[in-house]
Amino acid sequence: MIWSKYSAPQVFYPLAGRLIPWFAAVAVLLMIVGLYMGFFVAPTDFQQGESYRIIFVHVPAAWMSMFLYVVMAIWAGVGMGLNARLSFMMAQAIAPTGAMFTFLALLTGAMWGKPTWGAWWVWDARLTSELILLFQYAGVMLLRTSIDDARRADRSSAVFALVGVVNVPIIYYSVQWWNTLHQGASVSMATGSKMAATMLMAMLIMTIAFWLYSIAVILARVRCVMVERESLPTWDEKPAAMSEAVEAR
Amino acid sequence: MSHSSMWGSISGIIRRDLLLAMRRWSDAAMSLFFLVIVVSLFPLGVGPEPAVLRTIAPGVLWVAALLTCLLSLARVFTPDYLDGVLEQMVLVPQPLSLLVLGKVLAHWVISGFPVVLLSPLLGLQFGLEGEALGVLVLSLLLGTPTLSMIGAIGAALVLGVRGSGLLVALLVLPLYVPVLIFGAGAVTSSVAGIGGEANLSLLGACLVLSLFLAPWATAAALRIALE
Amino acid sequence: MQWGSASEFFAMGGYGLYVWTSFIATALCMIWEVLALWRRRVAARAEQRAALLGGTDETAA
Repeated sequence: MIWSKYSAPQVFYPLAGRLIPWFAAVAVLLMIVGLYMGFFVAPTDFQQGESYRIIFVHVPAAWMSMFLYVVMAIWAGVGMGLNARLSFMMAQAIAPTGAMFTFLALLTGAMWGKPTWGAWWVWDARLTSELILLFQYAGVMLLRTSIDDARRADRSSAVFALVGVVNVPIIYYSVQWWNTLHQGASVSMATGSKMAATMLMAMLIMTIAFWLYSIAVILARVRCVMVERESLPTWDEKPAAMSEAVEAR
Repeated sequence: MSHSSMWGSISGIIRRDLLLAMRRWSDAAMSLFFLVIVVSLFPLGVGPEPAVLRTIAPGVLWVAALLTCLLSLARVFTPDYLDGVLEQMVLVPQPLSLLVLGKVLAHWVISGFPVVLLSPLLGLQFGLEGEALGVLVLSLLLGTPTLSMIGAIGAALVLGVRGSGLLVALLVLPLYVPVLIFGAGAVTSSVAGIGGEANLSLLGACLVLSLFLAPWATAAALRIALE
Repeated sequence: MQWGSASEFFAMGGYGLYVWTSFIATALCMIWEVLALWRRRVAARAEQRAALLGGTDETAA
């Protein structure tokens, strides 16, 4: 099976190393294109003025934060099901990047909310579920760092990540429901105006750029994790340099 | 496994845990005192304005119930973990999730049900009366078992981990959010005269969902902790 | 192109503070993440090398 072939550390480690520069290069390229389109091609929004341009980082960051949590939970689930160490390492590598995007989604959301709604923070369903998502990312990472035994750390944080997957949609809908009760706080994220095609295009390009960036960073981190966990990896990409160093002694 | 022996193993666990809790009744009493003190602090901090108190009552009472449940979570598995009983439980032929269900139900009887019984008194402190008081009791009756169910997952995950007291709070509180929203929402809408039925049925749905999923997740977490 | 001048571009129609804070914060987070990973990698490889050399030392002795 292809999966088992590429999941072997000695195959995966150098393969990931070769892929990282490509993902990173395309990510940077697309970010430049996306920023150019976002700032110079996309027109001014007639309702929100220039402040709407925040969505070119806000929406991709928010999408990535949710998407990465699901991907992390899938790797955690695969790790539990197949008892695959690499899956757990992937889940471990995804968490910090996901948490970073969640933080950015909240920060840029506040930056967008202040001029648009007149408040840095409203208890809107999306903002609230992002906040809880950040807590859950923190929980996954803190649980891992608190447990010394690597095997238990892997599995315990996997269980928590999977439980969290059930929680976030429930929170989203419960806050939506709750906001219909508290009429005053009901604000709609919808801009009311139809998005220009170039706006949508810039947002999609930025999203793909953030996605590729995430892949590059996560692969780099999973390689670090692999080196840290295996005391003596024999699958380093430069075995010659290593043996030279040994010879030199 | 037959139906009767399933129930037998659950009720056996419940009886045993209740007996043990009775011997250490001061633990349960302490969490209740904590609840009363926390709830009493709010009027002192916010001021005695009855309209304000009535507005914040559902949230305050529910958050206090959440924290009380959180404080008692360490008692669900830790004693059995320390004296090795938990390791035996993993080995017995009955499914671990059933035994977990028994332990969680016992935990609810010890620490959740007293909160429900005490809540009308606390509600009176905040000027809740009539129907709202009834909805408060009903919402806690439906919600606190869910808190115990979800809390057990966290308690099992942090079993024997350093700094587990704070960690379990960080893990469990985000998972408590839906219960808090529906529970406090039921009381709020009752105070507002809309009636809390919709929120109460959502609380019931949360309870059913947690009854199905939580014992299973808790059992998985316990197996991991005991490996 | 909708910008008359560079200062108009940086002002972002009066929303410059919000827009640029968002973009700069995002950029800083990403740069920080990449740098942190770079340092983590250097540290991990140094440790790995030390372990390898230490290992041969023992067998030599």
